[in-house]
Amino acid sequence: MSGLGPHDLALASVAGDPGSPIHRRDPRSKLLALVAVTLVAVSTPATAWPVYAGCAAVLAGVAVAARVTPATIWHRARVVLPLVLFAAAFIPFVREGHVVGSVGPFDVTAEGLETFAGVAAKTAIGTVSAVLIGATTSFPDVLRALERLRAPRLFVLIAMLTYRYAFVVAGEVRRMRTAMRARAYRPRHALQAGPVGHAASALFLRAHARGERIYLAMAARGFTGTMPQAVPLRLGAADVLFLAAAAVPP
Amino acid sequence: MTCTIHARGLRYAYPGGHLALAGVDLTVQHGERVAVLGPNGAGKTTLMLHLNGLLLGDGELRIGGVVAGPDTVADLRAGVGLVFQDPDDQLFMPTVREDVAFGPLNLGLGAQEAMRRVDEALGAVGMRAVADRAPHELSMGQRRRVAIATVLAMRPQLLVLDEPSANLDPRARRELLAVLDALDTTLLVVTHDLAFAARLCERAVVLDAGRVMADGPCDELLADAALLAAHDLELPEGFDPLRARRAAA
Repeated sequence: MSGLGPHDLALASVAGDPGSPIHRRDPRSKLLALVAVTLVAVSTPATAWPVYAGCAAVLAGVAVAARVTPATIWHRARVVLPLVLFAAAFIPFVREGHVVGSVGPFDVTAEGLETFAGVAAKTAIGTVSAVLIGATTSFPDVLRALERLRAPRLFVLIAMLTYRYAFVVAGEVRRMRTAMRARAYRPRHALQAGPVGHAASALFLRAHARGERIYLAMAARGFTGTMPQAVPLRLGAADVLFLAAAAVPP
Repeated sequence: MTCTIHARGLRYAYPGGHLALAGVDLTVQHGERVAVLGPNGAGKTTLMLHLNGLLLGDGELRIGGVVAGPDTVADLRAGVGLVFQDPDDQLFMPTVREDVAFGPLNLGLGAQEAMRRVDEALGAVGMRAVADRAPHELSMGQRRRVAIATVLAMRPQLLVLDEPSANLDPRARRELLAVLDALDTTLLVVTHDLAFAARLCERAVVLDAGRVMADGPCDELLADAALLAAHDLELPEGFDPLRARRAAA
């Protein structure tokens, strides 16, 4: 059996209450609303704290209405947040200004701390917005929304195929790893990592061959370069209201 | 009776020079169920790709009156449904419903008619319940049936299946057999599973080295031990094709 188990790509799946008023909104309204919140947060001056508070309040409201728990948000956000915050953590040391303390030989400035706090707030708001889109909207719905919002169709097609075949490729990786372990492969140092490289190239070749077969299967059913649209979306009054309610307050 | 497939002297060489089809002569009538048997590398898959216009070889090939050529590719794709060996190659859309709708929408049907076709095709393979699931959530047997639905939705006059019983457990294989048996389309089944062929098809063709080596009633061909041995084919231990045919009848 190829493909991933139910837990492996849980980060991309819908969470919370699938019947909530947020989950039921047209994916376009959610995408636009949460992108708007992110844009407001990133384009605001670094120390405009009331704006950050407004954004956070909207996100908290959405999370509560959708019954997405703080644990779920943290579980998903921690994939991105620490990386960005790690990069931002150098700001208090490199920004020049009024020195308020020091860590070892490095001085910390008040301006640097302020900028760091602003960057951290922007990052957190952007990440949580993305997490909430993912938790309240299935990936196919996000793609449909992008397509209707006139995102480049090639981009949407690539994202769609990547999502679909991530499961298949991950299944192949898992089977390859099992096959290597079954023949007692247990690398102890870097010099024994060669087989991993061979496995990676085999995986690449398999993925390439699969790409060709998928194209044949698409062409066999009349594909000529444009993806047809099957599932209609409906933007109702409630969706517009949600968009306004989420995007205006910040 | 319309002549569904008419091939005369069909030849095809891959760009590397390998001659995959070396003059195939084959006639299949409307409504027939034909098993295409042969060892690996016999040219079975190459022949299958020709039927749908994915490859265009030399020689004569007509499907339902349409002469295969660069100008008739769209007609061939509308009339001939190919079901590939690995359902993961065939099911590329995020949900089953969208995947089954892909073909009908490419035919230019409206969304409403396409959805009617989806419902009908999924019903024909007993898979209506999984319409909104993602292909990776299905079992291999379910994926195979959905893959068949993706082409049934295009209402092809000829259905070509590549190794339909590969990687299926006995139950999924039995269910697939029942689904295919209930179809009212001309069937061409490319397979190594001789018992499967015996249960489903009344006629068989042995393809080897790019040529048709034998053509006749499936049970008679499968009872010819010398023929099977000459083309690296083998019946399961203790399987009697003549008795299987009688039981199926």
